[in-house]
Amino acid sequence: MAATPGAAITGQSEAERLLEARSTRNAWALSAPALILLFCAAAGPLLIVLVYSFLTKGPTGGVVWEFSTEAWLGVLYTRDIFNDGNLVLADAHLTIFWRSVKISLLTTLITFAVGFPTAWFIATRPPKARAFWLFLITIPFWTNLLIRTFAITEIIRNEGLLNKALIGIGLISAPIRLMNTDTAVLIGMAYVYLPLMVLPLFAAIDRFDMRLLEAGYDLYASRLQVLRHVVLPIVKPGIIAGSILVFIPSLGAYVTPRVLGGGKNMMIGNFIELQFGQGRNWPLGAALSMALLLVVMLAMILYVRTATKGGKSHG
Amino acid sequence: MADKTFEVSRLPGFATTAVLVFVALYLPICTLVFYSFNAGSTLSVWQGFSWRWYIDAWENDQVQAAALRSLQIAISASFIATVVATMAALATTRRKAFRGQTAIYAFINQPLMVPEIVTAVALMILFGVIKAYTGYQGLWYLILAHSAFCVPFAYLPIRARLEGMDLSLESAAADLYANPWQTFRFVTLPLLAPGIAAGAMLAFVISLDDVVITEFVKSAGQDTLPTYMLGQLRRTLTPEVNAISTGLLVLTVLLLIGFSLINRKKN
Repeated sequence: MAATPGAAITGQSEAERLLEARSTRNAWALSAPALILLFCAAAGPLLIVLVYSFLTKGPTGGVVWEFSTEAWLGVLYTRDIFNDGNLVLADAHLTIFWRSVKISLLTTLITFAVGFPTAWFIATRPPKARAFWLFLITIPFWTNLLIRTFAITEIIRNEGLLNKALIGIGLISAPIRLMNTDTAVLIGMAYVYLPLMVLPLFAAIDRFDMRLLEAGYDLYASRLQVLRHVVLPIVKPGIIAGSILVFIPSLGAYVTPRVLGGGKNMMIGNFIELQFGQGRNWPLGAALSMALLLVVMLAMILYVRTATKGGKSHG
Repeated sequence: MADKTFEVSRLPGFATTAVLVFVALYLPICTLVFYSFNAGSTLSVWQGFSWRWYIDAWENDQVQAAALRSLQIAISASFIATVVATMAALATTRRKAFRGQTAIYAFINQPLMVPEIVTAVALMILFGVIKAYTGYQGLWYLILAHSAFCVPFAYLPIRARLEGMDLSLESAAADLYANPWQTFRFVTLPLLAPGIAAGAMLAFVISLDDVVITEFVKSAGQDTLPTYMLGQLRRTLTPEVNAISTGLLVLTVLLLIGFSLINRKKN
């Protein structure tokens, strides 16, 4: 087969190139329905949002077709009505952004802290049992997010199981008010997004060669040292994947903060909805959506970069 | 040897944490299911077993309409998504990489990357304009929107199945004078069927569960089960919502068991 490869290639190149062009055309034709569907009902409409973010807001919602950068300024600033409409930082907006980022980061941290031991536990079971535990993680993953949020509501509300249990054992005398607080949103988000952390962590730990642990212990490393210097660096791609999978949907969360946070503890998702509803400021809503998308895309790029770098260093 | 590996891989406190996590994961769901059988009308005081709320939900016209609508959308959307995803998967696997393949891949997975609220807002604006122009208020907006975000969920298992498939069978068919269509119909498609079934199931579950995009795209009176429940959560709750949730939960679990059975056969 290795004989005169150069001649073979030049001899077949014309026919091969034609065949290849045809097969590429076929590939595009076959992909076309999916691409058209996604363009019409997923990617394309994003362009409209981008356009809307540069228009002027209509008097009762909607837009007026006049170019304006007011909406983008409005993401961070507000006009001071007492001072000739000068731009001042919009505290209310910043509070919402900060809450969104804070809750998303904390959700990522909490899900990692409890998700890592869980993933480790599943990965170190014998194969049969492993399939069972993994299935237990997958069920909530595919279960309706609203149902899971509703389920956590029943636990943490004033008459819920948590308060009843705490009062029952005499730890508290009056129920702790959790509903409609940031804490409630955080508990709900950690609950809802936990499977998204466990599954990639499991995938990474599952590939981990347990003999490396033995090597570590043979070299007199403590459990903590082995965990820090052997396990964590090797399963890092799984950690990054899990973090990104939790952080991104958390940042854009809508249902969980709406149900658990009430009207006051809004996150970006609810703030965007507000602009299209009572706020009647569609351009601002559009600009906020685009800003959220931008942040998410940056996080993705960062993730892809780190992930490919990680892949290289581990061969 | 196996025993020894088991010992080494044990880390203190990990098993306890994991068991607590599983308890925390299932306790809320079990509580929800438990109270759906409550004879009383509150979510916190147990007053004996009864099917009352299931009967109530079943006889509730709004719930019936929402359930039928949910099924109609999920069936249509998962069908459309599976067909286009199968075609795209056939185009993008088992061949030499071509220019634009990465772009196709990224485009298909796009719904997984964009926050749902952003897509929801975008579709609300676009469909709002179309509704105003054409006057059409029907279900197709929802079906199209659902089809689109279901595509990646249908695509991934089909692609995985294709990549694990033996090329030699297709070459054999071609050697036996099967034309490309016959090869596809009698060789590729039967081999691919489990992947397609798995993809369709995931798409169905994803469509059935959607809240955000449906909430923004639906016209008046087009509640699906999840958006109906979201509306109910603002009011004083009765275990009827638990009963509906349990129904959806059971359906999802059944589909998942079906999915994992298909997958196990593959392996």
